[in-house]
Amino acid sequence: MQEKPPAPGTPATAPTERREFLKQGCAACLGLAAVGAPVAVGVRVLLDPLHRSGGSDAFVKVTTIDSLPEDGTPVQFPVLADKRDAWTKFTQVPVGAVFLQRQGARQPLALSVVCPHAGCFVDYLEDQESFLCPCHNSFFKKDGSLKDEQSPSPRRLDTLDVEVRNKTEVWVRFQDFQLGITEKIPIA
Amino acid sequence: MMKRVLAWLDERTGLGRFAEACLFQNLPGGSRWRYVWGTLVVYVFLLQAITGFFLWTGYSPSTQTAWESIHHIQSEMAGGWMLRGLHHFGAQAFVVVLVLHLLQMVIYGIYRAPREVNFWIVMLLLPLSIAMSATGWLLPYDQHGYWASRVPIGIMGVTPVIGPMLQKFAMGGSTVGHHTLTHFLALHAGLLPLCIAGLLGFHYYLNRKHGLGDVSKDCACPDEKYFPAQFLKDAAACLAVFLVLLGFVLFPYWQNPTAVPGVHLGAPADPSEQYSAARPEWFMLFLFQFLKYFPGGTEVWGAIVIPGLVGAVVALMPFVAQWRHGHRFNVLFLGTLLAAAGILGRMAAVEDSKDETYLSAKEQSHRNAERMHQLVAERGIPPSGAAALLRDDAYTQGPKLFAKNCASCHRFDGHDGLGHKPLTTHTVRTNETWESIAEFRFMPVTALRELNPSFTGPLKPEDKIIAQVRPWGPDLKGFASREWLAGLFDPARVDGQHYFGGTKFKDGKMSKWVKKNATPEKADDIKKVVIALSAEARLKSQAVADKADAEIIKQGRALMVGDMACTDCHSFGKKDPDATGPELTGYGSRAWLIRFISNPAHADFYGKRNDRMPAFADKKILDAKQLGLLADWLRGDWYVPPKNGAK
Repeated sequence: MQEKPPAPGTPATAPTERREFLKQGCAACLGLAAVGAPVAVGVRVLLDPLHRSGGSDAFVKVTTIDSLPEDGTPVQFPVLADKRDAWTKFTQVPVGAVFLQRQGARQPLALSVVCPHAGCFVDYLEDQESFLCPCHNSFFKKDGSLKDEQSPSPRRLDTLDVEVRNKTEVWVRFQDFQLGITEKIPIA
Repeated sequence: MMKRVLAWLDERTGLGRFAEACLFQNLPGGSRWRYVWGTLVVYVFLLQAITGFFLWTGYSPSTQTAWESIHHIQSEMAGGWMLRGLHHFGAQAFVVVLVLHLLQMVIYGIYRAPREVNFWIVMLLLPLSIAMSATGWLLPYDQHGYWASRVPIGIMGVTPVIGPMLQKFAMGGSTVGHHTLTHFLALHAGLLPLCIAGLLGFHYYLNRKHGLGDVSKDCACPDEKYFPAQFLKDAAACLAVFLVLLGFVLFPYWQNPTAVPGVHLGAPADPSEQYSAARPEWFMLFLFQFLKYFPGGTEVWGAIVIPGLVGAVVALMPFVAQWRHGHRFNVLFLGTLLAAAGILGRMAAVEDSKDETYLSAKEQSHRNAERMHQLVAERGIPPSGAAALLRDDAYTQGPKLFAKNCASCHRFDGHDGLGHKPLTTHTVRTNETWESIAEFRFMPVTALRELNPSFTGPLKPEDKIIAQVRPWGPDLKGFASREWLAGLFDPARVDGQHYFGGTKFKDGKMSKWVKKNATPEKADDIKKVVIALSAEARLKSQAVADKADAEIIKQGRALMVGDMACTDCHSFGKKDPDATGPELTGYGSRAWLIRFISNPAHADFYGKRNDRMPAFADKKILDAKQLGLLADWLRGDWYVPPKNGAK
């Protein structure tokens, strides 16, 4: 509601003018309050997800070291984890995938399957020993670094923290990172 | 710059001129408070659209997610309870405001030519608003919504000819399920609001066409512009309505700041658990009551034909008003209608307030709702939906299982588990007196007489009186706890109604042993045995005490195999094939109790001496899950939320 300023030429101090102006202001304010209040309550609820942190970034067990090829070829594994989706508590459901490869006998390397450009899942091409994104052809070396400087991806494939626990279990800290920027920033 | 953009836009669309024309439309005879009703109808609709839209952003219509998403909105999302509260009360306000608007139109004769169509529009809005309310009730998919919605769906079914088809179509199948929710949501948030918005737009268009004011020409009041004169009144009224609704939402916290926030959300819908307190919204209670007067097969009259006829009379009011006294008739008719609806609604409320079934269902519903809240906070909702939480909860299911399966012989703290004293009709036999019956049924004579106020004198054979069901077995409240066992070892109580009084063990070995051995001199030893035996049960409520009394328990165990000679009849520690009494190893523990209920006539328990108690598992009366729930409940083993309410 736009308020009408007093018409030019008339003295603003005229009592009827002033009363009229006050009335208009009051009317606009009350109207705005009556409609604005429920909107405000609704917006508060709508913004609720902003205050919530995303999934946990705890380590999850993905596989065993023995299931990784000895020659260091990356293999894609699904990541299962407990997850809370709004109201539902899920136990051990797929939350994403990860490429694992051996870097030495007992040392795994974990790469995110998500292309940092636009979020497509990359494929591993065994004959070229590199990762290719099927969406916009970003090209990565086996260790995840950019192979082709002309690739649309702003950065290399994201590495994930990985640990070997109890001698054989491969645990990965499964995280998503912000897309389209040169830095690797986890999504909270 | 801004002005030029607006001018350009106005030139191309005419919106600016239109807005100005609306805002500064002339109001013949000036502003009036009674003109606010139309605006209020629009405002409350807008309020519902706004709050409804935001609720929609968090709602998920399916039988496994509807209740869950609403619960999430209400108790997890910031401000969600306020949003749902406003929508809940706003829905009622819409009907109220519509009725008052209609009333205002009739009283001031605003339905007269040329405004008949405008009157009909307001009339049409009324069933639409009720349809909104009826579809909205099911959406949270709680017990209340589920059972209350069966009535409008049922009424749909009695519609002549197309009824059954219409019903199946509305439900999206033969039973209430996923498609009922998706259909109802599409109606509630799509089609119906669209119809209402269309009618409101048409209403406004006609209003502008016929002029805003309706004062008679001879009124000396000066004209005003709609803005700000009438706008101010309208805006103030809208804000007042909002504040009243806010008051309704906040009132419960002002009364009880510790309550779970939000309007009542019952336990999740369970088609196997009748909710007998399901009622329509208060403004539909009159119809609910009205339908009580129509015997089976004639509901169609009460639900459709008569309301339809009444609607027709109201619709014809603009024409009736043309006759002499026609207007007066209209006012009187509508007034009578409202009064009748008020009286019927009030009757329904009064009948309910005296109805035991209704009240206890209501109370149980509140208990279940609160329990659900605790369970969700503790365990989280499984993918199969929240209803499973309640079905797996000993605290909720235990009493029901007890009442159904155990209470014909046992009591729990004197009642049947659900708080009722089981009663039965007793046919008086020859030689029976008030006293003998009262003694047999373990109740005071005065209580028996109070149950039968119509019988004043002595009883005659074949008289039928009401009496308590005789407790044939022990009272199981606190079974195997120290208090309970102390009573068992009390010579005055062992053959009383709470223990063996109703069983054939009344004069059995245990009873005799207690009377002989539980003397004041041996009180200390008995106490040690009680504590040791009770520790076998590993009750949650005694965990601390059992730990503290480790030394006494050791002495008690020694006494059981030694001086007290429990092992003469019972197995304890090691299996004794010659034992005649129940096994005492793990007595009252979860495993022991489940095995006992499964088959009390097993050689480890009463064997052939078992007195009438059925083998609940072996006879397939209860399944393993039910046995577990019953055992957990009897042992007081269920999730209890922390006292200080810290989440």
